[in-house]
Amino acid sequence: MPIRKVMKANEAAAWAAKLAKPKVVAAFPITPSTLVPEKISEFVADGELDAEFVKVESEHSAISACVGASAAGVRTFTATASQGLALMHEILFIAAGMRLPIVMAIGNRALSAPINIWNDWQDTISERDTGWLQFYAENNQEALDLILMAFKVAEDERVLLPAMVGFDAFILTHTVEPVEIPDQELVDEFLGEYEPKHAYLDPARPITQGALGFPAHYMEARYTVWEANENAKKVIDEVFAEFEKKFGRKYQKIEEYRTDDADIIFVTMGSLAGTVKEYVDKLREEGIKVGAAKVTVYRPFPTEEVRELAKKAKVLALLEKNITFSVGGALFQDFSRALINESEKPKIVDFILGLGGRDVTFKDLDEAFAIAKNALAGEEFDEVNWIGLRKEIL
Amino acid sequence: MQIPENVKKRLSIPADEHFYAGHTACQGCGAALGLRYVLKTYGRKTIFTIPACCSTIIAGPWPYSTLDAPLFHTAFETTGAVMGGIEAALKAKGYKVKGEDGVMVVGWAGDGGTADIGLQALSGFLERGHDALYIMYDNEAYMNTGIQRSSSTPYGAWTTNTPGGKKHFLEKRHKKKVIDIVIAHEIPYAATASVAYPEDFIRKLKKAREIKGPSFIQLFAPCPTGWRAPTDKSIELARLAVQTAYFPLFEYENGKYKINMPSPKKEPKPIEEFLKLQGRFKYMTQEDIESLQNWVLREWEKLKKLAEVFG
Repeated sequence: MPIRKVMKANEAAAWAAKLAKPKVVAAFPITPSTLVPEKISEFVADGELDAEFVKVESEHSAISACVGASAAGVRTFTATASQGLALMHEILFIAAGMRLPIVMAIGNRALSAPINIWNDWQDTISERDTGWLQFYAENNQEALDLILMAFKVAEDERVLLPAMVGFDAFILTHTVEPVEIPDQELVDEFLGEYEPKHAYLDPARPITQGALGFPAHYMEARYTVWEANENAKKVIDEVFAEFEKKFGRKYQKIEEYRTDDADIIFVTMGSLAGTVKEYVDKLREEGIKVGAAKVTVYRPFPTEEVRELAKKAKVLALLEKNITFSVGGALFQDFSRALINESEKPKIVDFILGLGGRDVTFKDLDEAFAIAKNALAGEEFDEVNWIGLRKEIL
Repeated sequence: MQIPENVKKRLSIPADEHFYAGHTACQGCGAALGLRYVLKTYGRKTIFTIPACCSTIIAGPWPYSTLDAPLFHTAFETTGAVMGGIEAALKAKGYKVKGEDGVMVVGWAGDGGTADIGLQALSGFLERGHDALYIMYDNEAYMNTGIQRSSSTPYGAWTTNTPGGKKHFLEKRHKKKVIDIVIAHEIPYAATASVAYPEDFIRKLKKAREIKGPSFIQLFAPCPTGWRAPTDKSIELARLAVQTAYFPLFEYENGKYKINMPSPKKEPKPIEEFLKLQGRFKYMTQEDIESLQNWVLREWEKLKKLAEVFG
């Protein structure tokens, strides 16, 4: 029988790792995800998880050790956030290029400067071009579930890519919620043992991995990562369906909420989706036709699902905790790309909010909604809007 | 040529070849020779980690491989971390690591990848106590990128970013004592070796295979291209580096120092004998040479003292 426990997202991530039974975990402490490896080391110390725990001297070495271990053919897990993820940047490309299905938990946190340990999504968004799959959790249960599913998708032979699962710093990492811990037996059935059939290091059959690729070969190697990302779209649907069948919880790449007949749909990710759904309820009570959508899978980008979503609204209001300077948020870029060649498309308004742990309140959403309404009315509007700025200190 | 089994047994250097012909090293490359000896000693049961360095090229571009053993090419600064991950994975899989019938996990990195950009990962690897061997092949500069100085470049050397010029802008720091940094981690085994003394090197490789915990070998590997030296002088240069005590051969084993000089009773030859065969030292003034000579003798005396007190 599954058990229910009250826990933080960090603990939920550690439980997911324990259930997935990685053989090697290498991690370095960083706020706010420190508790993930801490909890895992407790599981190892108590004999509840049979894994080698490599206590590395940096995040750069954490991911490098994971790369080495994964290349030697074992299931591998790590966790980090923010500056730690940025330090890993170089090796993230190597993990994806060498098709190593490492899974990493991220307590989504802002990047310096100024130094800030609180939530936004700039850390993982900045790694969107590395080839890693990216999932975003709304709550602690999703953090646990998505990590389990990330292993299954990553290790699928049609995919073989590393995956990161993000959950918001403090809002989730340090907040307790009831979480259902699935049966080990069911998880074993769901995930199985990791038995690599592709290239891995073994003296029984010497092979070279990661050799120099000349211009005559490099593009094809990159193309296989593109192809694997494309394949992942189908595999994710399959894995989500199998997970629902086994564990009873439904996941979708883009999850919709009260979108039928909506004029304006708010689109967001992570824990902000909870706030936005409540806001939608409030407006619906006032008879205003709005809906919400949550992007759970960000890489591979769910282009088809975005196109379907776009058919349902006249305005898409994107609520984003990240910024590409002089352009806008990541969703703004990706949604625009997905819709640019559609004959009919909604207006897209981008909202940058909640950076560096700034609370996102109904007052902020009111501000965004007012601008979205202007867009709906055919009035002029700014494409990119910073919400909740304290103009008095600028 | 087939070597009869009874002859094979008497050879001091294993007859087996696991380093293929047709590799792309420069003529007279000390690193290629060193890698060949490692493969002769350990054979196929070795998993190599090689960072971005000359050996990336020597091992061959995709789809070729010079090494008849599993090899993982990694980023410049990650050798210690990646080999640590590999060792952890092998342990988790229940493989026997080390020993004649076990798998050797070997990191093979240059001096820049070890003494500079890879120093942090090396330190982490050493202090965590992984059961693996790290070999730093020391050609005393960033040769693969075009001969830039590293912290292992000797005093007075020309490189492309210590070019001499009117202001006499040569390397003005003495070679970093990487092995002293390694020994400070109190690992069970560390040694210097030279491609001019393959039997000594192979003995040390065999010892590293039997010792539990991390071990480190700093292998002196001349680079005729970067040292502006004739390609047929590599072995002579490597030998002179030892005979002048510029690069003395020694071992550190569980707290004890042992000097392994080929002619222990001979006084070191003057450093000029090592310098004069190489174009990279031709800009040195007499004062520069004296400075280097003093450093060599001071360090040599220090080592002798260590071997005397902690022998």
